[in-house]
Amino acid sequence: MSRVNSVLLPAAVVVASVVGLLLLAGTNPWDPLKIIVEGSIGWPPLEEGAARKVGDTFMVWVPIALASAGLIVTFNAGMWNIGIEGQIIMGAIASAWIAREISVSRPILVFLVILAGAVGGLLWGLLVGVLRTAGGVNEIFGGLGLDFVALSLTTYLIIGPWARSGVASTSGTDPFPEDSYLPALGAIKLSPLAVGIALLALVGVWLLFKGTLYGLKLKAVGRNRPSSFLLGIPTNRYLLGAFMICGALAGVAGTSQALGFHQRLIPAISGNYGFLAILVVLLARFRPFLVIPISFFFAMIAVGSSSLQLRLDVNPSLGGVLQGVLVLSAMFGLGWAGYRALKEMSASEAKAGSG
Amino acid sequence: MSLELRDIHKHFGPVRANDGISITVETGTLHGLLGENGAGKSTLMKVLSGFHSADSGEIILDGKTIKLASPVDAIAAGIGMLHQDPLVFLPFSVIDNFVLGSPGERRLDRAAATRELNELSERYGFNLDPETPARLLTVGERQQLEILRLLWLGARVLILDEPTTGISADQRAKLFVTLKALAKEGMSVIFVSHKLEEVADLCERVTVMTRGKVVGEAELPVPPEQLVEMMFGQAIEIRDRDQVSLGSSHLALDSIRTATGLLSEEPISLEVQAGEVIGIAGMEGSGQDTFLRICCGMRAPKEGRVAVGGQDMTGKHYRDYLAADVKYLPAGRLEEGLIEGLTITEHFVLAGEDRSFFVDWGAARKRAVEQVEHYTIKGTEASTAESLSGGNQQRVLLAMLPAELTVLLMEHPTRGLDIESADWVWEQLLARREQGTSILFASADLDELLRYSDRILVFFSGRVIGELDASATNVDEIGLLIGGRRSGTEGVAS
Repeated sequence: MSRVNSVLLPAAVVVASVVGLLLLAGTNPWDPLKIIVEGSIGWPPLEEGAARKVGDTFMVWVPIALASAGLIVTFNAGMWNIGIEGQIIMGAIASAWIAREISVSRPILVFLVILAGAVGGLLWGLLVGVLRTAGGVNEIFGGLGLDFVALSLTTYLIIGPWARSGVASTSGTDPFPEDSYLPALGAIKLSPLAVGIALLALVGVWLLFKGTLYGLKLKAVGRNRPSSFLLGIPTNRYLLGAFMICGALAGVAGTSQALGFHQRLIPAISGNYGFLAILVVLLARFRPFLVIPISFFFAMIAVGSSSLQLRLDVNPSLGGVLQGVLVLSAMFGLGWAGYRALKEMSASEAKAGSG
Repeated sequence: MSLELRDIHKHFGPVRANDGISITVETGTLHGLLGENGAGKSTLMKVLSGFHSADSGEIILDGKTIKLASPVDAIAAGIGMLHQDPLVFLPFSVIDNFVLGSPGERRLDRAAATRELNELSERYGFNLDPETPARLLTVGERQQLEILRLLWLGARVLILDEPTTGISADQRAKLFVTLKALAKEGMSVIFVSHKLEEVADLCERVTVMTRGKVVGEAELPVPPEQLVEMMFGQAIEIRDRDQVSLGSSHLALDSIRTATGLLSEEPISLEVQAGEVIGIAGMEGSGQDTFLRICCGMRAPKEGRVAVGGQDMTGKHYRDYLAADVKYLPAGRLEEGLIEGLTITEHFVLAGEDRSFFVDWGAARKRAVEQVEHYTIKGTEASTAESLSGGNQQRVLLAMLPAELTVLLMEHPTRGLDIESADWVWEQLLARREQGTSILFASADLDELLRYSDRILVFFSGRVIGELDASATNVDEIGLLIGGRRSGTEGVAS
């Protein structure tokens, strides 16, 4: 009974709130969902042009999954890494810089671009960590501040030093040299390399907390710093480590954005996927393998909702609202089901005990 | 107000914390509730004060069955609970704390509240200044504040959960006088404790609980052996102090002093030999924890030198002290010791000697199962730290200690533990001592200090006011020193 409830109840809450939201937005509940599915993976699945859509959806999935993998590390270390957006952006900028400045053979350049992304994100993450451990600046505020700095730096580069030849425009830089792009499948944007890196990151994070002493210590530091310190764990060093791992993964997400999806630097290069990843991780309850389907679903909404306006005359930002409502209602439903299960358990225990 | 608990059941998962408990407390009596830790006393009192709702059973107040959904309902019904750690907001002033729990949200008449606080305070002989920040109060004074607050809110049943933990002998005496006066005024007082002599001193009637059940009731006085038998099934004998020959210097403090605050006035020097046990007495917050933190390198002294095993360690990091086999176990077992959410196995891995990058969980679990059995921890290798009772948490902490120990620093090694667990803890500590470990422990339990120490340091307001040979002193002498009086003199030492 309670086991069924623990699935059905959250599901019912989610369905009710999504349907309610769509009705409020002035459409019937199924049309937008159909359009999102059509727009992101195609329906029926093998229709013409589906490959391009699936490719786009995967390339949105990659940064969300990478950022989620990183966030699992910082969450386990007890840190709210709101600075993840800035880390994605700095990864993108660092990759872009290499792409613009260096010309070597293609495989080496691709490697360098990815490495630069990781280093850029890592350093930006480290900065949040240093502010926190050495300066006592709460990582939420430090991270938020650095997000703005990174965002402004992007805009500056786009209209300043890296401005388009001819007309400077805030719409973005010129496309980067083609040799620096993440290798893709023919005409569609899907890069197996990027997808592979994202999967590898999730497996790596799973392994980190499943099997290594480093992961266990990170978890210990996240749950109780004084106890960890007394056990002889250098807590600050571990916090910095968590920020560096997360920053590096977020930075590669930035690389995928700049040199996989957009192939140039645009002002909104992060696509807000860092913030989205926070929701994904909360919904996945910090489990790496649950991140895979959940972030794919979110990527579908992100890609598919862009045709809402065209087809239904509904504002495409409905997609974002939908994502938020999904997470909040799912978390509410899960929490509620958990609370009910707890009550039911103790009630039935009591009955068994007195009977 | 008479109170009856009828067939109370409260389960937490598989744990039957309260398994059909019935107790009657008559109007105007001091009713003791005695039991070892984990007996279910605190759970029962939390049910009675609205913190937990019982799975089944009735609470009957003056003949009427009442439903308590929250602590607000309880105090509205006249049931006030004084928690083991008084629920005082430290940054707030005394008067702010006093009015904080009052019903309603809009009107706050501070002047009237201050007047009433002063009246109550005077009536019971307390000395609480309404404008003092609560953080400057001793634990005993915080209790006084809580008692007055509950009276002000109209409590007619007063529950005190282990109220004598961490307060001085003086304050305890004062608390007992107050409680007796309250009972005379018609208040029903429930005094929850695991200390036999306190219940025997104070109460008129006692209920004894073990493993979630009532196992005995008695009108006091009865011989203490009878109560011990109810609690444990047999009388426990007091062991004698063994004489252990002392070895070389393990810890040497040479005129240490901190820059500000506690321990800043008089430099402290101390030399501790291998196998020596030093008891540290004093009122809570007299500088003992600062002193222990200096001994383990968590705090650097401004002046003076610290040496471990003949090696100068002054200014070294805590982890260097750890490497020199100095280990510190603070009082907060779940705050500064264990890690909530992690299992016993994970704790042993964190504390273990194996530093390899990948953890061999199979082997780790096997070792943990052995340790759980060896240290008779009630729980399994997969139990999380917070699911264990205080005594079992202490067992895990002792099991996590490294094999080699030069100096062991402990705060309140047996606080909140039942006699059986406390004896077990000291068995472990004395075994360490036989291996040559020097032990420094802070305690509020004078019997414990006298029984196990070789020497006793008494702290008073940031200074060592006395250094005593444990075999040549007594409770009275220590008690006086804790209160700041040197024996033979009348005035408070300044």
